[in-house]
Amino acid sequence: MDTAFAERRRRDLIVACVLAAIAATVPLFVKDVYVQNIMVLTLMWGALSQSWNILSGYCGQISLGHALYFGLGAYTTALLFTKFGVLPWFGMLGGGVISALIAMALGYPCFRLRGHYFVIATIVIAEIGLLLFHNWDWAGAAMGIEIPARGDSWLKFQFPRSKLPYFYFALALACVAWFVTWWLEDSKWGYWWRAVKDNPEAAESLGVDVFNSKMGAAAVSAFLVAIGGSFYAQFVYFIDPESVMGFQFSLLMALPAVLGGIGTLWGPMLGAVILIPLTELTRSYVGGSGRGVDLIVYGGLIIAISLARPQGLIGLFSFKGLAGLSAAKRKEAVR
Amino acid sequence: MTAETIIQSLASGLLMGLLYGLIAVGLALIFGLMDVVNFAHGEFLMIAMYATFFLFVFFAIDPLLSAPLVAAALFVFGAVVYLLIVRFAVRAKANAGMVQIFSTFGLAIVMRGLAQYFFTPDYRSVTHSWLGGKTVSIAGIYLPVPQLVGALVAIAAFGALYLFINRTDFGRALEATREDAGAVALVGIDKNKVFALGWGLGAALVGLAGAVMAIFFYIYPDVGASFALIAYVTVALGGFGSVFGAFAGGIIVGLVEATTAMLLPPSLKAVGIYAVYLLVVFVRPRGLFGSM
Repeated sequence: MDTAFAERRRRDLIVACVLAAIAATVPLFVKDVYVQNIMVLTLMWGALSQSWNILSGYCGQISLGHALYFGLGAYTTALLFTKFGVLPWFGMLGGGVISALIAMALGYPCFRLRGHYFVIATIVIAEIGLLLFHNWDWAGAAMGIEIPARGDSWLKFQFPRSKLPYFYFALALACVAWFVTWWLEDSKWGYWWRAVKDNPEAAESLGVDVFNSKMGAAAVSAFLVAIGGSFYAQFVYFIDPESVMGFQFSLLMALPAVLGGIGTLWGPMLGAVILIPLTELTRSYVGGSGRGVDLIVYGGLIIAISLARPQGLIGLFSFKGLAGLSAAKRKEAVR
Repeated sequence: MTAETIIQSLASGLLMGLLYGLIAVGLALIFGLMDVVNFAHGEFLMIAMYATFFLFVFFAIDPLLSAPLVAAALFVFGAVVYLLIVRFAVRAKANAGMVQIFSTFGLAIVMRGLAQYFFTPDYRSVTHSWLGGKTVSIAGIYLPVPQLVGALVAIAAFGALYLFINRTDFGRALEATREDAGAVALVGIDKNKVFALGWGLGAALVGLAGAVMAIFFYIYPDVGASFALIAYVTVALGGFGSVFGAFAGGIIVGLVEATTAMLLPPSLKAVGIYAVYLLVVFVRPRGLFGSM
């Protein structure tokens, strides 16, 4: 069994490398800015959901408050740059570290909570963050922060004229989030997390440090989500509390993982590859009227998938199907 | 700040709190019955408000009179939602928790979309209803009549619910199903029927709340979102599994909100509610009266 597992892991890694390499060449053929934009968002949401999946999928601590870390990443980067001229790269790192520390500080009291009490605690904590930023004048309050455009520059991580650098960064972020998950899956932490998820009491009695495994998962998860948030701020040039810290964001972050397969290695990316292009396309084709048709389609899709495939869409792909997966991914990306 | 203004705010807070309790109790009932959190609860409130609005505009039925009609309509709606969606969500063998969250969340999005489609995103309000805009002075405290009536409706609804759960066959079936859904099947109670009726009852209660809210609150497709979050906190504060915990939770939430609004800028008033929730569950991880 061990060799089969090692074999599967090696294959996962090879498939990931091939997919990443294919994805990297896609912009050479797809020059349409609208499509490139969708690809950037798909990779970003995939990375975010992959990061969310570490705490909520593998470790089983369902957080519907990850918008807090996303927002902290976005705000840290934007504030450091606009107020002190600190380069976004340092802001990104700073936002990640701050988020990881806050995640642990919040985890300290929250990880004693179970089930819905925990979920609601994560929601209200993110809401408190949202309201505080809403009322924090120095941070732009409800008006938000506009990041001044200073021309194409890797140093300032700004590319007003091209989506490509954003695409490659988002791809790198998705690869990092995937690789971190892949690596943790077979580490001591990975085993601890699954034990904690399945049965915390039994895990504890077998010597698993339940509390610290949750703290570790929270820190890694928050760090990666904050990097995503900082990237998003650089990508859209404008942030306000609702657009980076709203409750919807937390749900949208969980959604690809849930639809793709929660607590699985490929689930979040698969979910994002299907969901994000669909969301964006329905938004542009039927959402323009502002009459909510896109919401109806989107919501209906969520109901249908969650009822039809409770274990996630990943269940549709047996191992043999992974080749099919790459084809599906390619097709989605090219479209 | 004088003692008078403090009493004034606390009194309004209490009235609002009773309404929060009424909004939340349907959620608590459904949760207690089958461990499912309805993430479309706010949207149930939203359609109840629209129903009240349209009954008023097209048939000139005052919200006070249409409240029972709206509650009845929501009863049917709740039962249908159970039969069409939730019944399948609870059957999920994997990730039951997430499936319930996201199937009801999907429903919430669909309902918001439908509301935007059919009713447009415009803000509506019921103008010139019997009670709208009236205030009454009791012992020098001015209270808005709609909220006062809402509070009375809430108290009456809780009283009726108490009698209903404890004194009727259906109430007993509800309690029994809640204790052990497997065992009731053995004594010939149809679990699905009880669950459907439970969903109907929970929806009817939020329908009642929506009819009252329509008198004094703007009606728009996203109106449910903010109240839904308060309802979750209210239920959890009172403790999952305790229907009357929601009542107590509602009162506490209303009073805390009023107090916070006196101390902090009004836009931060919800922070007080959230902070109190966190403090309570950090000390008592099952909420105030929770059993699970």
